[in-house]
Amino acid sequence: MSKWLQDNMPKIVLAPSFVAVMVFVYGFIGWTAWVSLTRSRLMPRYELDSFIQYERLATSPRFETAMVNLFIFGTLFIVIAMVLGLLLAILLDQKIRTEGALRTIYLYPMALSMIVTGTAWKWILNPGLGLEAMVQGWGFESFEFDWLVDPDMAIYTIVIAAIWQSSGFVMALFLAGLRSVDEEIIKAAQVDGIPHWRVYTAIIIPSMAPIFLSAFIVLAHLAIKSFDLVIALTGGGPGYATDLPATYMYAMAFSRGDIGQAASSAMVMMLVVFAIVVPYLYSELRVKDD
Amino acid sequence: MKTYVLSAASAIAIAATGAAYAAPEAEVLHYWTSGGEAKSVAVLQEEFAANGGTWTDMPVAGGGGDAAGTALRARVLSGNAPTAAQIKGPSIQEWYQEGVLADISDVAEANDWANLLPASIASHMQCEGTWCAVPVNVHRVDWIWANTEILSANGIEMPTTWDEFNAAAEKLQAAGIIPLAHGGQAWQDATVFETVVLGLGGPEFYQSALVDLDPAALTSDTMVAVFDQMRTLRGYVDDNFSGRDWNLATAMVMNGEAAFQIMGDWAKGEFLAAGKKPGVDFTCASTPGDGFLYNVDSFAMFEVDGDDKKAGQALLAELVMGPKFQEVFNMNKGSIPARTDVSLDGFDSCAQTSAADMTSTSENGSLLPSYAHGMALFGAQAGAITDVVTAHFNSDMSSEDAVKMLSDAVANSM
Repeated sequence: MSKWLQDNMPKIVLAPSFVAVMVFVYGFIGWTAWVSLTRSRLMPRYELDSFIQYERLATSPRFETAMVNLFIFGTLFIVIAMVLGLLLAILLDQKIRTEGALRTIYLYPMALSMIVTGTAWKWILNPGLGLEAMVQGWGFESFEFDWLVDPDMAIYTIVIAAIWQSSGFVMALFLAGLRSVDEEIIKAAQVDGIPHWRVYTAIIIPSMAPIFLSAFIVLAHLAIKSFDLVIALTGGGPGYATDLPATYMYAMAFSRGDIGQAASSAMVMMLVVFAIVVPYLYSELRVKDD
Repeated sequence: MKTYVLSAASAIAIAATGAAYAAPEAEVLHYWTSGGEAKSVAVLQEEFAANGGTWTDMPVAGGGGDAAGTALRARVLSGNAPTAAQIKGPSIQEWYQEGVLADISDVAEANDWANLLPASIASHMQCEGTWCAVPVNVHRVDWIWANTEILSANGIEMPTTWDEFNAAAEKLQAAGIIPLAHGGQAWQDATVFETVVLGLGGPEFYQSALVDLDPAALTSDTMVAVFDQMRTLRGYVDDNFSGRDWNLATAMVMNGEAAFQIMGDWAKGEFLAAGKKPGVDFTCASTPGDGFLYNVDSFAMFEVDGDDKKAGQALLAELVMGPKFQEVFNMNKGSIPARTDVSLDGFDSCAQTSAADMTSTSENGSLLPSYAHGMALFGAQAGAITDVVTAHFNSDMSSEDAVKMLSDAVANSM
C-alpha cells in the first residue's frame, strides 16, 4: 500500500491542477473555437455556421488596422527594447561606482502598472499640455510633436511608452546574462590583447543566446497581449488608428454584443502566439532530448 | 393537541394564500453610479420601500454600461437573472429574442401606457405586442450648446442651418475662438455625425439611412454631403481634441475658450452644476434642421420565479412610469419625462423646449431614435458605422471613400 502511494503520490498531487488546466485553459480554448464558428451575437449560440466570422474578420478594415498595428508595434517594441536593454546592460557592466542605484532607476518603470505608464505618457505627449506646449513655451514656436493626435503616428507613441516601461527589465535580464559568462575566458581574451568591444561581440554576446531567447519570448507575449497600455494612452484612437487585436476583441465582446467576431479574433490572436511559441518549445524540447 | 394541529394547519394555509400578496421584492441591475445619477436612482429606491418593497441594489459601474451588460449576461447564462435590468433600445428586442424577458402588459394596460407615451418610444418598450420594458427618461441628443457671451460679442445668432453654422464658425475662427468644442472619442464623433445626417438629409433620410440601413441611402449623394460637412467641422475643432472627454469639451464652452458644443442634454447638467443659467450664460437649441433624436433609458423585466419577485416587477414598473418619479428623477438627471402628461413647471427652459419638441415631432413623425447612443440599431451595426465615421473624421479620407466604406461595413456587420 505504502509502496503504491509512494509511486503514485506525484500523480495524485498534480491531478487537481491538471484537471483545472484542462478545463479552464484548454476547455475554454475549445469553447472559444466552437463559438467562433457560430453566428453568436449577444449570447453564445452553438449551431455551427462554417467560417462566416473569419470571413467577416478578413473583410473588416478595423481588424486589418489592428493586425498591421500589432506587427509595427511588436517588431519595433521587441527590437528596440532588446537593443536598448543590451546597451544599458553593457554600460552598467563596466564596473561603475553607483551601479546599484542606476540599476534600480532603470528597472523602476517595470514596477508601474501599464495604466499608470499610459496615463503619464498621455499627458507628456498631449500637444496642448505636454512636451510640445513646453518647448513652444520656451520660445521655439515652430516645434511640433503631435504624434498622439496624428492617426498615422499614434501607434509609435505606444511603442515609446512600452519601451520606456520594459527596457529596464530587459537590461536586468541581460545584466544577469553578462555576469554569468565565465570570467576566466574574458581574462584570457584580455591577456591575448583582444580589444574590449571584440570581447563583447565575439565571446560574451554569443554565449548569451538563451537569454536573448527568453527576452524575446517575454517581450513577444507582452506585445501580443498589450491592452491596458493602449486603453490608457490612446483609447484605441484617434479613430481606431491604434487598435490592437486585443482591444478589437474587447470591443466586439463587451461593447457591441458580437461574441462570434470576438471569438474569431481571439482565435487569430492565439494562432499568432502559437506561431511564436511553438518553434521555441520545439527547440527547447529537442535540446532536452539530446 | 388537536387544536394545536388545526391552528398550525391554518397558519400554513394563511401563509400559502399570503404568497399571492407577497411583499414585493426586486433586485435591480443598473449603471447609474455617478453622483447625480446615483441620487436619481435613490429616489426610486425610497419610493419602492415606501410601498412596502424590498430593493436589492446591484449597481455596476464602468464603460457606459458595458460592464453592466457583461454582468447581466453572466447572470442570465447562469440561470439567475435579476428582477429588472437597465437596458435600452434594440437590446431589449435582442434580449427578448433570447426568450428571457417577462411580460408586464398587465401593468401597462391598467395604467394606459399606450396613450401616455409618444408612439415611437412606446414601440421600443413592446416586444411582439406585449410590454416588456418601462421607460425612465428621454434624453435629447441633437442639442447644440453655445456660450451666450461669445455669440453676442461676435454678433452671431444661433444657427438654424448647417450653412449658417459654417458661416458663424468662420467668423469665430477669424476672431481667434475655437468654433466647436469636441472630444475625439468614437461615440462623440458618432453623435455629431447623426445630427449632421438629420440636419442635411432630413428625418426621412435619417430613418432610411441610420434606422433601416437602406443601401441606396447609405451610398447617396446626401451621404457624401454629410461626410463633406464632417470634414468641414473637423476644421473647426482645435488640434488637441483627440481623446478628450465630453465634459471637458463642455467646460471649454463654459470658460469661453470655445463657442459651440454638439452634445446630448446631459451636457446641461455640467452647465447647471457650474452655476450657469440657461439663456443667460449658455444657450441651448436643437442642432440645425428638423427632428428630434432621443436616447431613452429603460428597465426591462426578466423572467423570474417567485410571487414576491413578480410583485416587485409590477410595483417597479408602476412606480417608474408614475408621474411623481418621472418628474423628480428627470429634474435631477437633466432629461425629460417619457410620459407626456407630467407638469414641466419645475423644469428649466431647455427641458421645456425639449418636451414641446418631443410632442410636436411625435405628431409629424420626426421623433427618431439616436443611432450613436444605441437606440436605432443592434450593437454590431451601430459599431460598424461608428468605425467608419471616426476613421473618416480622424484622417484625410475623402467623402466618396467614406461612403463606400460605410456601405461595405454595414453589409459586413449583418
